[in-house]
Amino acid sequence: MSKKLLLKHAHVEGIHTFDVYRKHGGYEAVEKALKMAPDAITEEVKASGLRGRGGAGFPTGLKWSFLAKPEGVPRYLVVNADESEPGTFKDRYLMEFIPHLLIEGMIVSSYALGANTSYIYIRGEYSWIPDILEKAIDEAKAAGFLGQNIQGTGYNLEIYVHRGAGAYICGEETALLESLEGKRGNPRLKPPFPAVKGLWACPTVVNNVETIAAVVPVINLGGAEYAKIGVGKSTGTKLISACGNINKPGVYEIDMTITVEEFIYSDEYCGGIPNGKRLKACIPGGSSVPIVPANLLLRTINGEPRYMNYESLADGGFATGTMMGSGGFIVLDEDQSVVKHTMTLSHFYAHESCGQCTPCREGTPWMFKILKKIASGQGTLNDIDLLWDVQRKIEGNTICPLGDAAAWPVAAAIRHFRDEFEWYIDNPDALTGNYGIGNYDVPIPMPERADVNS
Amino acid sequence: MSETIAFKPETLAQVQKITERYPAQHKKSALIPVLHLAQKEFGGWLQVPVMDYVAELLEIQPIEVYEVATFYTMFNMKPVGKYVLEVCQTGPCMLKGSDEIIKHIKETLHIENGETTADGLFTLKTAECLGACGYAPMMQLGKFYHENLTTEKVDAILELCRQGALPLD
Repeated sequence: MSKKLLLKHAHVEGIHTFDVYRKHGGYEAVEKALKMAPDAITEEVKASGLRGRGGAGFPTGLKWSFLAKPEGVPRYLVVNADESEPGTFKDRYLMEFIPHLLIEGMIVSSYALGANTSYIYIRGEYSWIPDILEKAIDEAKAAGFLGQNIQGTGYNLEIYVHRGAGAYICGEETALLESLEGKRGNPRLKPPFPAVKGLWACPTVVNNVETIAAVVPVINLGGAEYAKIGVGKSTGTKLISACGNINKPGVYEIDMTITVEEFIYSDEYCGGIPNGKRLKACIPGGSSVPIVPANLLLRTINGEPRYMNYESLADGGFATGTMMGSGGFIVLDEDQSVVKHTMTLSHFYAHESCGQCTPCREGTPWMFKILKKIASGQGTLNDIDLLWDVQRKIEGNTICPLGDAAAWPVAAAIRHFRDEFEWYIDNPDALTGNYGIGNYDVPIPMPERADVNS
Repeated sequence: MSETIAFKPETLAQVQKITERYPAQHKKSALIPVLHLAQKEFGGWLQVPVMDYVAELLEIQPIEVYEVATFYTMFNMKPVGKYVLEVCQTGPCMLKGSDEIIKHIKETLHIENGETTADGLFTLKTAECLGACGYAPMMQLGKFYHENLTTEKVDAILELCRQGALPLD
């Protein structure tokens, strides 16, 4: 059973209230942190090996250490709660059920960064959650953990919740800052990075909800102890939001030492695939990461079991691996069509492109149109090549990673599921029929090795 | 025009509270939260005079409001029904049958995506991923999510709407 750090008390009755949260060790990290020098906290976070939980996996302590600290200029912490990556719903779970964990993490992090005002930028559609967060903020304030002179230390902090209004792009940190400034969510050119010029041109750190929540156990355990959990550069625990064709969809906390196979089939996690169906494919880290067929999901190209962590999921690069991403784990069973699923994702990216960069603005609707044509049985073999060509021309040619995020799922679908794409070509059964599972769950034979001794 | 459009005093107090979250010289940051209030108070969509009024309140140019209002999907640029059915159609919901849910709503209400029923009660607005993938298929109605939908469940929700018994807020 995985070690639980974030969701340890998730099922305790009333854990969303200050009193119950406090009774279960809540706000002890704040008490400990306020006795430390701010930079010492950053050092603990560095030592913990904590990596950004929003999708990019960038080391959090390192990000904090980039923060510029000019005299007389305010610094800001902004929490990215814009969770919009298809397949991802873990931050929502944290905020809905354990709001104080985020608030506590924000107090510790803001103190470390020297911020006196911090914002939670939450996606507009999570419209009932700001009430939950604001109640938690009020409770923390009443208990002397927020506001003026926190716990008698002279440190002041205000936390505000800011609602967005429906735009995936605002999960990109510079678009988020634009939006927080009351503008369209168009990503900024970098540099300057937010650590130097962020919110209102002041030094700013933007971190994901889960990252900030994880700062609490980092401080409670100490960075070195936290780093002992997990494996290699995948330290600590990770929330995985599992969905699609599985028996037990939901949010799970894993310590990154379990195999993908265990995660899908064990009753502790996804509980297997309903109705005895076979596993066809999976997108393990949110819609932007490459989709992989069952055989490459469960084992790497070298035949080793694949684990639920940053390194193992990425083993083999994009040729045979994928990414941990945000932990949005989408499972497709044998009855699902990868072509149709990819089409809905392309529609998503076309809808969400901010329109600033031509390759993304023009390319994403093109990908959707071509996929729609193929999925309806009207496509030609040339369309598959055209689709490949369009995604190649988007990737790497845009200001922000939305372009890459739109291109990768299409590239991976063609790379691994070309047989299925070809089945759709000029096929009158395309609208009603189904390619099925093909060879996608058949283990890949190991190549014969030359005898090195002969 | 703006003399006929004005927030209720209690909403104005809310606007005041929102602007206080940001440094005084950055009042514009309150724009999106205030547009949410405006859409709610002035009929579920943002008419030009309403946006002009918001511009005046926040001391910014009307164009700064228009460009933001048209960028974000939650702001309606034309009239909508009392109940806007925002049904998610992205991958994870599709795997769990969102196509069926959307088809069922279209057939039951005799409307296409983006249309409003003749009685002004319902608008269908397909949505992109709303972060409820584990509880798919789903739709948003006002402030709340309705998850693990079936066609029967949709019928029950529509009936509650017709009776005016479904909370939106």
